[in-house]
Amino acid sequence: MELLTPNIGLVFWMSLAFLVVLFLLKKFAWSGILQALKDREDFIEKSLKSAEEAKAQMSSLKAENENLLAEARAEREQILKEAKDMKDKIMSDAKVSASEEGNRLINAARTEIEKEKNQALSDIKKQVAELSIQIAEKVIRTELSDKNAQQALVDSHLNQTTVN
Amino acid sequence: MNRTKASFLALALVFMTSLVVYANDEGTHSELETFVPGDVIIHHVLDNHEIHIGNFHVPLPIILYDQANGGIVGPFSSHHLANGSNYMGYAMSHEKIYFVGEGNDIVHDEQGHINAPKPYDFSITKSVVGIFITVFLLIFIFSIAAKGYKLREGQAPKGLQSAVEPLILFVRDEIAKPSIGKKYERFLPFLLTVFFFIWIANMLGLIPFIGGFNVTGNIAVALVLALLTFFITAANGNKDYWMHILWTPGVPWWLKVPIPLMFIIEFIGFLSKPIVLMLRLFANITAGHIIILAFVSLIFIFNNLYGAAGGFGVSIVSIIFSIFMFCIELLVAFLQAYVFTLLSALYFGSAVEEHAHEH
Amino acid sequence: MELLTILLDGLAHMGAGIGAGIAVIGAGLGIGRIGGSALESMARQPEVSGDIRANMIVAAALVEGAAFFGIIVCLLIALN
Repeated sequence: MELLTPNIGLVFWMSLAFLVVLFLLKKFAWSGILQALKDREDFIEKSLKSAEEAKAQMSSLKAENENLLAEARAEREQILKEAKDMKDKIMSDAKVSASEEGNRLINAARTEIEKEKNQALSDIKKQVAELSIQIAEKVIRTELSDKNAQQALVDSHLNQTTVN
Repeated sequence: MNRTKASFLALALVFMTSLVVYANDEGTHSELETFVPGDVIIHHVLDNHEIHIGNFHVPLPIILYDQANGGIVGPFSSHHLANGSNYMGYAMSHEKIYFVGEGNDIVHDEQGHINAPKPYDFSITKSVVGIFITVFLLIFIFSIAAKGYKLREGQAPKGLQSAVEPLILFVRDEIAKPSIGKKYERFLPFLLTVFFFIWIANMLGLIPFIGGFNVTGNIAVALVLALLTFFITAANGNKDYWMHILWTPGVPWWLKVPIPLMFIIEFIGFLSKPIVLMLRLFANITAGHIIILAFVSLIFIFNNLYGAAGGFGVSIVSIIFSIFMFCIELLVAFLQAYVFTLLSALYFGSAVEEHAHEH
Repeated sequence: MELLTILLDGLAHMGAGIGAGIAVIGAGLGIGRIGGSALESMARQPEVSGDIRANMIVAAALVEGAAFFGIIVCLLIALN
């Protein structure tokens, strides 16, 4: 059966041609092409990896920046808080001292006034006593001369004192 | 949409006309005798000492090796042997060349056999021309592609380079890597060459009207390819591989001693792998050619039976079916190249595989 | 004698034809099953459809190879 019996000549030519093309392509095409493909793949992989690394670096940098920023913000907050506290303290201190001072002043004034009042009262008392003595003296004197006159004097004195 | 339709129609028209011309050629061939489709088909599937392009018959050089006649004879043109004529004592019958002696004709005995000595035929036949065209195309395409890789190193591929790159990557990533494993790089040149050789040769056989090459559908071509796979497998077989054949691990001892049953089975498997590989390629491609030719032959069968009207009527149907078969064969052309390469890679993989020693 | 040879020849051809037919039926059943199961698996797990396709083609090719053995034997009988 001819369809199934390989022809020796065709086997020969096929082997020759195929081995030659295999050798030629292996030497001049496949090695170069496969190497180039591999190189390109390696390059792409490397690029991707380095991009990934850069990305990671970027994100770490960003995180660091954020950290720094957050720190700065916290510090600012703290400073502000401290300042506010200090202000509050100063203000409250000032208030306290002011009120104390005022109280003291008021107290002092009050005592002074009290003292003055007492002084004045004692002065008045003294004067009243002196006046009483004078009146009494005068009364006594006029009594000694005339009874009516003495009466009139006493009345007038008394009137005067009530006016006073 | 309209454009694609128009181009499809144009393509179909070209197909039709070429098939009709192809078929006409067939007709003139066999008008002398009655049309026997089987003979015509087998004649076209088999190798030939000339190429038919349309109505032209291109003679091819004949080279013979005849020990009785002092070694290599030729090359001389095959038109000297056309129609059974005698040249230098050689005559040809059914593409077989016999030494009949100067001036004699081929004599058939009662059984129809020819009892003349047959020299070894190393002629550049149609299939050899097909092989050369394939080889030329391979070298042409891949030298350009390789140059592209050198010129545009590290850049995106361009032109022919970008056309072949996906296929190269396909062979590497889909066939070689998963089937062979770590050591795939050693086999890659062979696998790539086999893949592209078979594919291009298959497609060469599908081009109508240029002689009907049947390169990969020739058993000698398939045989050489399968034998190369076989030899490479055997040459690269590691200890585990041979051990698996000689003393299959993991089966009961009575299958190995006293009758080495497992060895026989494994050895048959070892030998049948390349045979099946050869048969698959040969039978698939030849079957495709036979089916297409059978559809074309239908026209002539009906022409002989019912006259020109019958032939014309059937031609419409058979051309549609032929076009359909051509499309299928385009797929098969790729698929057979893929299957051959994949199975070769699997055999290589089994040869170099490092077995885990647990079974 | 003549008749017997013709008869036997005819029987051989018939046997070859029947044998080829049976081989094709077997291969068709086998490849059909492979294709059907492969499609089913692909529908279940579309993410591994590439692997399944490759294995399907290998399995189909092996079945086909067995069928070709049968067909070639039949062809040899028919054409001798």
